[in-house]
Amino acid sequence: MYLLNINGVDRKVDLAPDVPLLWALRDVMHLTGTKFGCGMALCGACTVHVDGVAVRSCVLPVSSLAGKRITTIEAVSESAAGRAVQSAWLSNEVVQCGYCQSGQIMSAVALITAVVTPSDEDIDNAMSGNICRCGTYSRIRDAIKEAAINSRNGVM
Amino acid sequence: MRFRHFIRPEETAATLPALASSRRDFLRGSLVIGGGLVIGFSTIPDSSSAADQAASAYLPNAFVTIYPDERIELTVARVEMGQGTYTSLPMLIAEELEIDLDRIVLLHAPPDAHLYGGERHDQFTGGSLSIRTLWQPMRQAGAVARLVLIRTAAQTWGVPEQECRAKNGTVVHEPTGRRLTYGKLATAASRLPLPDVIPLKSSNEFALIGKPVTRLDAGAKVNGTALFGIDAVVPGMLFASVAASPVPGGTLRAIDDRQTLSLPGVRQVVRLPSAVAVIAENTWYARKGLEALRVEWNEGENAHLSTSHIHSLMTDALGRQGVVGRNDGDALEVIARDSNRFERFHLNPMLAHAPMEPINCTVHVKADSAQIWVGTQVPARARDAAAKVLGLATEKVTLTGYYLGGGFGRRLETDYVEQAAAIALQVKAPVKVTWSREEDIRQGIFRGAYAHSVAASLDERGYPVAIAHKIAGPSNLARWAPGALKEGLDGNSAEGSIQFAYDLANYRSEFVREDGPIVTGFWRGVGATRNLLVLETFIDELAIRAGQDPLNYRLALLTRNDRARQVVMRAAELASWHEPLPPGRGRGIALLYAWGTYMAQVVDLTVGELGDISVQRVVCVVDCGVVVNPDTVIAQMQGGINFALSAALFGQITIREGRVQQSNFHDYAVVRMNQAPMIKVEIIPSNLPPGGVGEAGTAGFGGAFSNAVFSATGRRFYQFPIRLDHADA
Repeated sequence: MYLLNINGVDRKVDLAPDVPLLWALRDVMHLTGTKFGCGMALCGACTVHVDGVAVRSCVLPVSSLAGKRITTIEAVSESAAGRAVQSAWLSNEVVQCGYCQSGQIMSAVALITAVVTPSDEDIDNAMSGNICRCGTYSRIRDAIKEAAINSRNGVM
Repeated sequence: MRFRHFIRPEETAATLPALASSRRDFLRGSLVIGGGLVIGFSTIPDSSSAADQAASAYLPNAFVTIYPDERIELTVARVEMGQGTYTSLPMLIAEELEIDLDRIVLLHAPPDAHLYGGERHDQFTGGSLSIRTLWQPMRQAGAVARLVLIRTAAQTWGVPEQECRAKNGTVVHEPTGRRLTYGKLATAASRLPLPDVIPLKSSNEFALIGKPVTRLDAGAKVNGTALFGIDAVVPGMLFASVAASPVPGGTLRAIDDRQTLSLPGVRQVVRLPSAVAVIAENTWYARKGLEALRVEWNEGENAHLSTSHIHSLMTDALGRQGVVGRNDGDALEVIARDSNRFERFHLNPMLAHAPMEPINCTVHVKADSAQIWVGTQVPARARDAAAKVLGLATEKVTLTGYYLGGGFGRRLETDYVEQAAAIALQVKAPVKVTWSREEDIRQGIFRGAYAHSVAASLDERGYPVAIAHKIAGPSNLARWAPGALKEGLDGNSAEGSIQFAYDLANYRSEFVREDGPIVTGFWRGVGATRNLLVLETFIDELAIRAGQDPLNYRLALLTRNDRARQVVMRAAELASWHEPLPPGRGRGIALLYAWGTYMAQVVDLTVGELGDISVQRVVCVVDCGVVVNPDTVIAQMQGGINFALSAALFGQITIREGRVQQSNFHDYAVVRMNQAPMIKVEIIPSNLPPGGVGEAGTAGFGGAFSNAVFSATGRRFYQFPIRLDHADA
């Protein structure tokens, strides 16, 4: 039995220790906004925040998460940076199929939280672990820059 | 900002009456149960080109329904897989119906090929066909609804129709200012005959069409609430992980499942003739259970299959007679007589689709019925295929559609739905089957390998007098929609080749069908992705041989084609074509004409000292006729180009000893943020009928890329992906 703090709520899960957080979220709690893409931390579709840091939930065992704060896409709008990123995603019309975008947004929020004014290189470094097969990259780049400005200026 | 989750996948159009869809009765009005007005329609083909004839083989139906409580629903047999169709199709209705776009609630159409499948009774999304086939009938449906609503209002008030106007979902009697909402008029309107003459707005009257509109699906896709097939939650469901025979056509020989059945959460091991599945309490337990299985396969006749064998089958097929898709003048004879003829061979490798949402399907088999939850480009085919597996009548099987986490052609197939149904048949609970990424790559319905020859006879200045292009490879249409073959010609495989846009008296395009040993399928950009790579590389090579600038050489061959000329000239201008390049940099251009769309791309790239290629910028100028949602067109070009760049740099599926050698994103690499170029898209304004958009960005890229690599390195490549240590020039 593990106690996971997810989006501010403590939730008990009765799972084997090696079960990755991804499957606890999706199959047990039905928080399906976090996506399965590769199972090997290669594509970033499953990105969530653990204590504010972007991590790949497909390789993160539930047994490693005691006492940590987990945030998923469902609650990302509770932070100003989260709202700034969602808003910039909409104003830049980023999404196409949308499947990877939960993970993209979680990576982007962690980036603009850590780096107030991300450069192109910062964006490459933070975002190259998130694959988008629809190829929305240039819009993601623009949206991150817009979100960083709005977040910095306290617009959200 | 709109955070509205406007798709309700659980709802279906079950209340809609079944409307006939003969050519004559292309529009029908009728009463909805419970009151309201429904307009149903199908399309009439009015195209003339060979490509459009192939396209018009598929005719869609859709319904717009106005309810007394003012709800307006659009049920459309098109699925949203990123291409923006859930925004652009409502725009067409809203434009003529005079309503705000956000009044329309879009419903996934339930599987009903008779109702939604048009004339060929095939309900599918693909082929860059949605706007092309629905452009006219969608607007007509909106206009018809508006006309009968106005007529109803005029009769209610006893005033001439000419004094009434439709505006924002109400009919207004202009002299008196009286107004009635559509909802109040709908039931009475449904009793009126439909008008024979349907005037449509001219393009200068458009209020919505041609304006960038916010995607209606965007809100749900930034907060995690958009539901994809993989997100289906069914009470009591179990989870499956599956392994099909690693060798195509192989069968299950024996399994040892003792260890698997002792693992936590594992409930059951399911044996299928050519696959094995582990059923568990969650997907992870199922995956671990599958890993612990010891499986032996009868590998069958493909046990020693290799890529080189497949490639030589295709190359050998070039020696056979094919079906001629276009034959202007007498290209073969002219080329045969020319002892200085110039000839090249190209090979296009197999490719996987690798949509971000791995293949999945959820099925619940009950006593005498079944339910399916899945993202598919072909809901009716999927339902019918599952029904067959389950031995149920199709009406006993319901299918709920979802957003698609990428399609690219992979979700035109029903293999995974049939497999999930076969698994669920042995499980006494709903079961969600999720393929691992490894399974998704290895069990792909790949873009097949194709061999091409292209030959020219040149005049003394190095310009072509005749060109003959021959393609050999699988015919996807022959397998998937044999009725769509035109006198044996697979227009899909020949796309882009039969539309050859340059001035040339002698041009021939020929397709030899060679399906090879494994089942292959459609891949974004279909035939044009391959054919235009070959032809645009060839034209470039001819230009260089003639000592000409590739841009000027193309323009000299485009004196009679203003649309082609315009996109080429504008792309060159935007890309500063004539600006000299520093060493290591390259610039290439290519023209596309396919699906009724003209496009030119210019690629600027750098080749590093280690042979690494990085694309800095792509300029894409597109003339796709009238544009419904310009931002969607731009997005499709940007995305399509990145999709093609992945194939150009990395894309190939290889087979050794019957097994696919790639498995996940480390060895089937795709473009990432740090490799994605700046892409500048410009749309040429036009009032001509709409061309296809979803495939064009992908299909227009390869030639420009390959030509840019030549410009940077002086080396010509005849097979993608381009690796600078494998030049055969």
